[in-house]
Amino acid sequence: MIKGNFIDNLPKVYGLYTGGFLVFILLMALLEQMGVSADTIGILFVAFTIFIYAAIGWLSRTMQVDAYYVAGRQVPAVFNGMATAADWMSGASFVAMAGGIYFGGHGYLAFVVGWTGGYVLVASLMAPYLRKFGCYTVPDFIGTRYGGNLARFLAVVVLVVASFTYVTAQINATGTIASRALQIPFEVGVWFGLLGILLCSMLGGMRAVTWTQVAQYIVLIIAYLVPVFWMSNKQGFGLIPQFVYGDAVMRITELEAMYNLSGLPAVDSPVAGLAALKTPHVAAGTGLAAWKFVTLVLCMMAGTASLPHILMRYFTTPSVRAARNSVAWSLFFIFLLYFTAPALATFTKLQVLDPNLATGIIGKSIAEVNALEWIQKWSSVGFLAINDANGNGILELNEFFMRGDIVVLATPEIAGLPYVISGLVAAGGMAAAMSTADGLLLAIANALSHDLYYKIIDPKAETKTRLLVARILLIGIGAAGAFVASLKLTSILGAVAWAFDFACSGLFFPIVLGIWWKRANRPGAVAGMLGGFIAGSLYLYWVAPAFLGNTPWMGIDHLRFGIIGMPVSLVCMVVVSLMTAEPDAETQAMVDEIRVPSGETILGSSH
Amino acid sequence: MPQTSRRAEHWARTRSLMIITLVIWFIFSFVVHWFADALNAFTFMGFPLGFYMAAQGSEIIFVVLIVWFAWSQHRIDTDTGFAEEE
Repeated sequence: MIKGNFIDNLPKVYGLYTGGFLVFILLMALLEQMGVSADTIGILFVAFTIFIYAAIGWLSRTMQVDAYYVAGRQVPAVFNGMATAADWMSGASFVAMAGGIYFGGHGYLAFVVGWTGGYVLVASLMAPYLRKFGCYTVPDFIGTRYGGNLARFLAVVVLVVASFTYVTAQINATGTIASRALQIPFEVGVWFGLLGILLCSMLGGMRAVTWTQVAQYIVLIIAYLVPVFWMSNKQGFGLIPQFVYGDAVMRITELEAMYNLSGLPAVDSPVAGLAALKTPHVAAGTGLAAWKFVTLVLCMMAGTASLPHILMRYFTTPSVRAARNSVAWSLFFIFLLYFTAPALATFTKLQVLDPNLATGIIGKSIAEVNALEWIQKWSSVGFLAINDANGNGILELNEFFMRGDIVVLATPEIAGLPYVISGLVAAGGMAAAMSTADGLLLAIANALSHDLYYKIIDPKAETKTRLLVARILLIGIGAAGAFVASLKLTSILGAVAWAFDFACSGLFFPIVLGIWWKRANRPGAVAGMLGGFIAGSLYLYWVAPAFLGNTPWMGIDHLRFGIIGMPVSLVCMVVVSLMTAEPDAETQAMVDEIRVPSGETILGSSH
Repeated sequence: MPQTSRRAEHWARTRSLMIITLVIWFIFSFVVHWFADALNAFTFMGFPLGFYMAAQGSEIIFVVLIVWFAWSQHRIDTDTGFAEEE
């Protein structure tokens, strides 16, 4: 299947696949009508999709180095865009983003802005040049551009720390979804999720991950958009909800004033980890709040442009031009989900708040609310709770508590959609978490096998040994990630943002200046990576509630420690570069060469 | 035109394009959101403008910006003879 003219047939193959998935959804809907239980449908959705990904992984198995590391550099721009979008959108984007906006209002939109705008940096500063370079991994670029094992090794360290922080959160998400859909304990679910992830990536490396990620993108985008469109049309919000929710936004502001959101006293949640609505939906702060918004945006953007599992996707395109176009496609495919999330958050909030809608619960009697089916179901699993603090028997805004995840997971039920939609959402969440975990695990394992093992430890290793080492590392790192995830260190797992801060503190300037500043040299790059990474990490240790928990300096909390790491990295790199000798003529010629698209890549197709 | 001056022209134009792209990026990443509170006084498509820019406006601009960037860069490459053979 993955041979000969497979690349030419891609639109047909994935068209058939999408059609097949839609037929599968209809089949599930039919089964639901015939009285098959909701649990069975959930299991079928998750099991069927994982089976498909594993089959693609098996068909894409390879023993060639360039196929394993960069999918043979023949992934067309559009498909690489889909794969990047799936690689990018994690379980957190899929499940938690709308909930974050529900609770955080305008302030949380900093994530949406940051996680899209970062691609402008990827397109203009990084991707085309790294593609021309022809590297297999990001440390491969650092190691060759600056020379020397130390620079390469430091890049591997930053990559592993950033990506491992991120991957545990993803394995945790696959475990949560698998445990809920398949009715197995969380600790078992984590290992089950890992099994699925490894089936996709182990045999075929980047080639297998590419074709499974495209398949996963199709599942996740259908799973995210269908419920929103359906709900919007059912509730009469409009045909294309993303463009018409302005009125809903305005109405929420009215309702917040009516319920006296800002004047209500804080009430304790009866269940730990749940929150009541406290932040207004629209209002944007000035001064410190505006500063916090833009600093978070900057960290997420620079982190996007430094995270190796994203950058390495652009190593797989057939040309430099395709790499650039592919960044545009990636952002478009990401945009489809990201501009829907605020709409979903707004509609869900309106449905809960508005007394004129049948779904509204705030202001109703508590007995009446407790009788609702979705309230009973989700409170029985600890996702929502009610505490009538003032004892008046009426549900008020500060007495209704829920978890952010519920906005995506429970919306189909709040709006009264059939269960098949909930099963679809579970499959989508699983696809989002698996695709990101795959990309991250592969980035870590490739850096260790190619850069640490092959380039530093044993440069004479044969192809077969190299690929064997890569696979053993993949399993080992996956197992380590699953083990950490099964410990449920929630305070650490919660911080996906840390991965971005680690990446931008240590890697952003060494990569950018390696392309854009010929004078940048090895000592400078080493100082930049060390300085930025250490400064950022120390600040994180000093400020994070999980560690020392000191008061943040100028509002720079643990989500934004890249604001400390990046300038330190820049200053160290520039100062040390200028104090030491300029790079030799050969290196400068190499930089000239990566700046133009035509000609051979710097590194050969197998190296 | 000799190779070196073609190279110089290619890089000068590439650098200008990068700077223009990043100026637009900077405005819609930071400047607009710094003034979100003030922008909320205006309405756009039924939305408070500050909220709209964070939820949708900036994102649309970013997509269009990258498409325009990729197109312009390709033109620079073909003009100066550094485009890849396809």
